Amino acid sequence: MASSDDRSALARSLTSRYSEWIAEALDELPECFLITDPAIPGHPIVFASRGFLAMSGYAMDEVLGRNGRIFQGPATDRRSVMEIREAVREERTVQISLLNYRRDGTPHWILFHMCPVFEAAGSGRVAHFLAVQVPVPPRSRARSRSRSRSRWCGGATGMMLRACRNELLMDEGLGCSRAEESFVEMPSGGVEAEEPPVATDCEKEKAVNAANSIVSTLNRYSKITGRVVCGKRCCPVGVPLLSSSLIISLGRIKQNFVLTDPHLPDMPIVYASDAFLTLTGYSRDEVLGRNCRFLNGPGTSLEVLKEIKDSICAGQACSVRLLNYRKDASSFWNLLHISPIRDASGKIAFYVGVQLEEGLKCSYNGLSPEMWQLGAVGAVKVAVRGSSLSAGPSRPSS
Amino acid sequence: MLTIKRVPTVVSNYQEDTVDDAAAAAAAEPVGLGRCCLSLSKLPLYAFKGDSEISPNSTSEGFFFLNSLLLTQWDERMSRGLFRYDVTACEAKVVPGKCGFVAQLNEGRHRKKRPTEFRVDQVLQPFDANKFNFTKVGQEEALFRFEPATNATPVDGTRSPSVVVINVSPIEYGHVLLIPRVLDCLPQRIDRESFLLALHLAVEAGNPYFRVGYNSLGAFATINHLHFQAYYLSVPFPVEKAPTRRIETLEGPDGGVKVSQLLEYPVRGLVFECGNTMKDLSNAVANSCIYLQENNIPFNVLICRSGGRIFLFPQCYAEKQALGKVSQELLDTQVNPAAWEIGGHMVLKRRKDYEEASEDSAWRLLAEVSLSAERFRQVKGCIFDALGLAVSEEESEANESLDSTRMCDSSVK
Repeated sequence: MASSDDRSALARSLTSRYSEWIAEALDELPECFLITDPAIPGHPIVFASRGFLAMSGYAMDEVLGRNGRIFQGPATDRRSVMEIREAVREERTVQISLLNYRRDGTPHWILFHMCPVFEAAGSGRVAHFLAVQVPVPPRSRARSRSRSRSRWCGGATGMMLRACRNELLMDEGLGCSRAEESFVEMPSGGVEAEEPPVATDCEKEKAVNAANSIVSTLNRYSKITGRVVCGKRCCPVGVPLLSSSLIISLGRIKQNFVLTDPHLPDMPIVYASDAFLTLTGYSRDEVLGRNCRFLNGPGTSLEVLKEIKDSICAGQACSVRLLNYRKDASSFWNLLHISPIRDASGKIAFYVGVQLEEGLKCSYNGLSPEMWQLGAVGAVKVAVRGSSLSAGPSRPSS
Repeated sequence: MLTIKRVPTVVSNYQEDTVDDAAAAAAAEPVGLGRCCLSLSKLPLYAFKGDSEISPNSTSEGFFFLNSLLLTQWDERMSRGLFRYDVTACEAKVVPGKCGFVAQLNEGRHRKKRPTEFRVDQVLQPFDANKFNFTKVGQEEALFRFEPATNATPVDGTRSPSVVVINVSPIEYGHVLLIPRVLDCLPQRIDRESFLLALHLAVEAGNPYFRVGYNSLGAFATINHLHFQAYYLSVPFPVEKAPTRRIETLEGPDGGVKVSQLLEYPVRGLVFECGNTMKDLSNAVANSCIYLQENNIPFNVLICRSGGRIFLFPQCYAEKQALGKVSQELLDTQVNPAAWEIGGHMVLKRRKDYEEASEDSAWRLLAEVSLSAERFRQVKGCIFDALGLAVSEEESEANESLDSTRMCDSSVK
């Protein structure tokens, strides 16, 4: 059960974007659906519809703040769950038959349809995920013995918690979200897995229509607060988006850095970490699409700027010290390290710029500030290489 | 005596060809780690909490410290030109298919030198100080010491430090070698303490894309000085996606460790997970490895999911190769199926193999690595005996039918 602080954070997730009236509006919709917030650690549920609560037998406060995996159980197919997680990671729609469990432990099949709800402005990040469930009634279907079983580890102590948490980590890139949920203990006898029922066209259409109507409700109410959402990712003019999986991976890197694209005119910033924005005082919208020179000012050495330019032309890394300026015009000495970043094709895809404010006295668990900051270079290299490995289209959902 | 000829991978710039060239090796030996405690003590020390609880280092920010230390150092060594090639400039791709094998074209990894003979029928061989070992690596190739906090006294000659060094022929970014107790000159064989150290490395990194591997002699380890390997690759390995069937849970002293068998994967293997404590998990795997090495069965280990999931693969490819039972087509690819390859990450030397890489070709290669169904069942039974477990009759029959899916039943043993 969420603490009162957590509960208000969950409520704010909705009201700050869709206004105070959203809960009432969503309550009027008859469909079974959940809304989750990927920005909150654990990717919790922030809303459950009346229809969902009735179908699953849970009360609202039993699901708020929990992760959607609580509805999965011993016979839920692991691969389906992995597909859903990949869709979350890649910020795309997925529609899949899934075995869920009600509060009383009884399993039932649903057609699970999940889609991202994007911020219309800025970098087009995902504001929420919407998950619609269309119950699929039992139909005669073949039972297959040779189907592989899905397995999960149960328990919540020591090693177990780490393993479970890391399963979450695996699919959400580098970094950590604390999954305090415990998993269902596996009976050693094994449950005979059934073939998932094939959803009828009617059921599929129902899912799509439900999703559309909910998203359009969210869109309407988001106009009240001005933090508009829409069902499609909106691209800031002139800056092609990085792949979703890359954005998510980069989001886990905590240091100050920006990623610039040398193939675009004037080598604009295509990604900026939160730490960078804090350091410089700018918002993401203000930096994306612009060349880094806005950080320079009257005191910035032209020689150093030339050094940077020459290194980039030569495709080499460089470390320089230059005077930079924040949005509020205050200045700081920036120990800047720039490095080419190659993708899986082996060619330079980006440059990373890692900024270290000179004079910081803090230590990061024994690491000097330099040691800490420069770790971002390697982390970015790993992220870019990995996310560009599978450049093909994602697997279609079943 | 069974041997195969292969060109050993160069992991250190101080590595020489063979013992034949001892004079040259001695002459070429500049400042090494050797027995000079001073150089070792200059290395940064990453001290982790040595008990089996979840390390307090692994807080939200803690996950990033080891990674930052490792990556910063590695990147710095790259800028110093210590690596034989730029691994980030090597093309790589996920091969289309259900499994998602990862193929990399790496023409620079393999030296154009004459192959050396490696004995493949003896998993345990005594340490030979004349051959290359990790006391001979250059100071600049060492990144940091990795030890439990309780042991972290200054290096004074009474405790042998464990170090992390770069692999100058990296497979991927951040490829390093962990050398437990480097000055003790342990041969390549698993012991409980060292395995626990390797597991700690995976856990401390806290990154599921940083995997730790071990190859026994006879399973493509080239250096007979105890070492583990690790690197970053931020996509799932095919083996991590394969389904498993749980066999048993260890009770008693090695409590709570769940052992499963891999299904629908070309190489037969065991999966160890959970455990009441990290030490329990570590010991279960280490004990299994000890059984294998004492019974002369080559094997590979892959630690995944930041220490939450450990794969153990007994294998027989080298033996088959020595007996001339591997097709020339596979031999021509020159792929040495070690832990990474078995996990699904294939490094290919020829562009032709890279362009034509397919799920089928990867599967076919790995199927040759696996023990046969019958042999695996025997080995599994013996491992379970060694761990004090019983495999039920019902379970063995179930295995019989499951094994019929897509396994090449080669019978070397």
